[in-house]
Amino acid sequence: MRRPAAALLALLLAGAGLLTPLAAAAAEAERATIVHVLQRLTYGPRPGDVERVEAMGLEAWLERQLDPARVDDTATERALAALPTLTMSIADLHAQYPRPGDQNFAAGEGASKRPIRIAGELQAGRMLRAVRSERQLQEVMVDFWANHFNVFVGKGELRWYATAWEREVIRPHALGRFPELLRATARHPAMLFYLDNWLSTRGDFTRRFGPSAGRRAGLNENYARELMELHTLGVDGGYTQQDVTEVARAFTGWTIERPRGEARFVFRPAMHDHGDKVVLGQPLRRGGERDGDDVLDLLARHPATARFIATKLVRRFVADDPPPVLVERVAAVYRDTGGDVRAMLRAIVAAPEFRAPETLGAKIKKPSELVAGAARAAGAVIDARGALALARASAQIGEGFYEAQAPTGHPDRAEAWVSPGTLLARMNFALALVDGRLPGVRVDVGALVAGVDRRQPGAVLERLLATLLHERVSPATREVLKAQLATPVITRLTLDDRGPADTDVAKLAALVLGSPEFQRR
Amino acid sequence: MMLTRRALLRSGACALAAVAMPPRFLARAAGAAEARGKVLVTIFQRGAVDGLSMVPPHGDPAYYAGRPSIALARPQRGDEATALDLDGFFALHPALAPLTPLWKTGTLAVVHACGSPEATRSHFDAQDYMESGTPGVKSTADGWLGRAAVALPAERVSPFRAVALGPRLPRILRGEAAALAVTSLDRFDVQTPSAPAATARGFESLYADGIRDLLHGTGRETFEAVRMLKSAGATSLGPANGADYPRGRFGESLRQIAQLVRAEVGLRIAFTDVGGWDTHVGQGAEQGQLGNRLRELGAGLAALAQDLGDRMSDVVVLTMSEFGRTVAENGNRGTDHGHATAMLVLGGGVRGGRVYGRWPGLAPEQRFEGRDLAVTTDFRALFHEVTTRHLALPATASLFPGWRPGGSPLGLLG
Repeated sequence: MRRPAAALLALLLAGAGLLTPLAAAAAEAERATIVHVLQRLTYGPRPGDVERVEAMGLEAWLERQLDPARVDDTATERALAALPTLTMSIADLHAQYPRPGDQNFAAGEGASKRPIRIAGELQAGRMLRAVRSERQLQEVMVDFWANHFNVFVGKGELRWYATAWEREVIRPHALGRFPELLRATARHPAMLFYLDNWLSTRGDFTRRFGPSAGRRAGLNENYARELMELHTLGVDGGYTQQDVTEVARAFTGWTIERPRGEARFVFRPAMHDHGDKVVLGQPLRRGGERDGDDVLDLLARHPATARFIATKLVRRFVADDPPPVLVERVAAVYRDTGGDVRAMLRAIVAAPEFRAPETLGAKIKKPSELVAGAARAAGAVIDARGALALARASAQIGEGFYEAQAPTGHPDRAEAWVSPGTLLARMNFALALVDGRLPGVRVDVGALVAGVDRRQPGAVLERLLATLLHERVSPATREVLKAQLATPVITRLTLDDRGPADTDVAKLAALVLGSPEFQRR
Repeated sequence: MMLTRRALLRSGACALAAVAMPPRFLARAAGAAEARGKVLVTIFQRGAVDGLSMVPPHGDPAYYAGRPSIALARPQRGDEATALDLDGFFALHPALAPLTPLWKTGTLAVVHACGSPEATRSHFDAQDYMESGTPGVKSTADGWLGRAAVALPAERVSPFRAVALGPRLPRILRGEAAALAVTSLDRFDVQTPSAPAATARGFESLYADGIRDLLHGTGRETFEAVRMLKSAGATSLGPANGADYPRGRFGESLRQIAQLVRAEVGLRIAFTDVGGWDTHVGQGAEQGQLGNRLRELGAGLAALAQDLGDRMSDVVVLTMSEFGRTVAENGNRGTDHGHATAMLVLGGGVRGGRVYGRWPGLAPEQRFEGRDLAVTTDFRALFHEVTTRHLALPATASLFPGWRPGGSPLGLLG
């Protein structure tokens, strides 16, 4: 039993005059802080993670996580090799996973080459990394930005584009600078397609080629509006309908070359509205492709953007209702550093609000956080198939990766995720996980309680509470679980009824994973 | 504060559920009068449906002027491929043909040029306002259907009185009345091969203690609902009267709403949503993207009415969407975010066969901000009238804070 052993060690050290009781208490507090940080900055601690961070020191751990290139992740990369589409170009995906009805389709290799498989591998890749990657903060930020700049894999060409989107836009910039991330999103075919900008032209433009040849095209405001409302300024950022139209005009001609082939960004001057434009009171002077760049710069520098990004980060890492003082502080970091994500994250982790007692356990895990977190806590061994099963489990509880249809992405507040139906789905997931009913997901419940006498259900429970919940358990929950130990479901009696022979560790672990405490982070 | 009241309401519900658990035939016999309560089914078309295609105003010449490639052809009598004339001025999209019998029997009404007084063209904000019921005010914590659920007479409290089909509880049903969100009634139970009942009791006890937070409260409601659903046998009820629901989540949701209605578990307010209406590109006319979405909508609503049969006399179905779309088509044969749209009301007590609301006209000078169908019926007027009358809510019920019904009612319900 890890914790009592640690306590005993502290006691011995204290007895030898090496560690005062005060220092032992400080060590306890430090452990609690580590658990909290791991709950917020990762998909939750695996067995042994807290000790590893303790040995390394929290500051050093955080700096390494902020610089993921320094973290070795070759084991994860090897496992990802089972998902070949993750590294393929859009052109190759189009060629090898043709759409039904396409001339190449019949030549394809049947079900294994259906385009839907691309989305499945993308989702499995996200879950595989969430569970296994050593670069946990990077994964958390990939999730954050994938929701902030949401794209929906079910819309048209997105099925072929979303893999490149994550690989080329979201992942490289997840811990970078917001203005660069914003610029990368604006030019990627995934966003150009999702919010229709690739079709937006000056009002009097007539297409000369393609299926719409000879038809008058025109302005499409979809991207312009969401760019300001959801990507930068926020809905109260002070823009008007007139600004939406002007921004849409600025982005005319930003389109996709060979959308069913390599799908590259291209600026087509003929589609561009070359007239004068004024956005948020600022005239755009350079014209052409630079109109769009100037809008992005204007928006990335805008104080409303700093506040909006800060609000969303604080909501993710601190509380559903972000403390305004902290938002202001993080927004100031954005302004001072030109939108440096690392600097903002450092400011959040260092903030007293982040470590305040009311912050601990205050966030409800989103379905993906619950699913990946439970797999990690239980020390599950997963392969690519298991990752897909877990991604599907998350979708069943309400959160499928790249499956939010609306540009707002998945919500980040408790009310959106807690309701009777979903709570039941969470419990059923916990059961399926420890019962071993998820293909490709192996949980060794024996290992969770290694060294504990399974004839002693109380000891088994204590070990599970330490391993899965890190002692973050209310007295009421502990009492309820203790009471469960007496039931024949948990404690299987021997044939002659002479005493408890074995504890159903799996069932007990499912109850812990389905408890109110495990739904929090 | 909110959770305290909510917890009180729920503890009352628990007591009621405990006594309301006799064998089903007894419950049927004893509770017949109470059981056949009124039900309001609400459907949110998320993404802003083009009301001008759903219920095209073929009598307004400006309709055709702004839409060279997506306007629906004028109704031709006997031709089901063209718009289906309703009253000589409006028509139904041909994909909604399954609803024409309801129009003819006077159980389907349309409210056109309906929408929000707020001018926002943000999906997110407009949906938020339509669900909170307070356009322009973002701080409202609960939703208007949630407030309606609170206002229901107390003896009707059941864990199923307000249900949303879907994985998450929508904004519209949030509030003190503890509405239920459920994706699949068939899987609404603890599922494990060994000792499921005892395992369920284990989970239930984890959420049973006195802590009044979101998780514990929700946990208690969950198991109360599981028990009730099981005893009512709702999931064994197949579609009646040959009703044929469209495949997909929307049809499934309606089928399960019908199961809850027919199982008499105390359902009073149901909600589901259906997406895909944000037709910026390639909207289509009679056929195409929008037509496909409308086909699913029409087939679903018709199947629901068919399935419920006589019970439909106690049911009103109300559709809504956050705003309409531009009068003129855009450069991609689609439409951008607009203002007013059309909403459908159908059911037993509806004075149907009529299009309600003043028509503002589509000529450029008649449009809202020069581009969109103007709002002549505030959505709150429609929702208030349908909800309070159909569910017989007390006159004091305030579904829409800061707003009072003004002028004469639409007169939708007899």
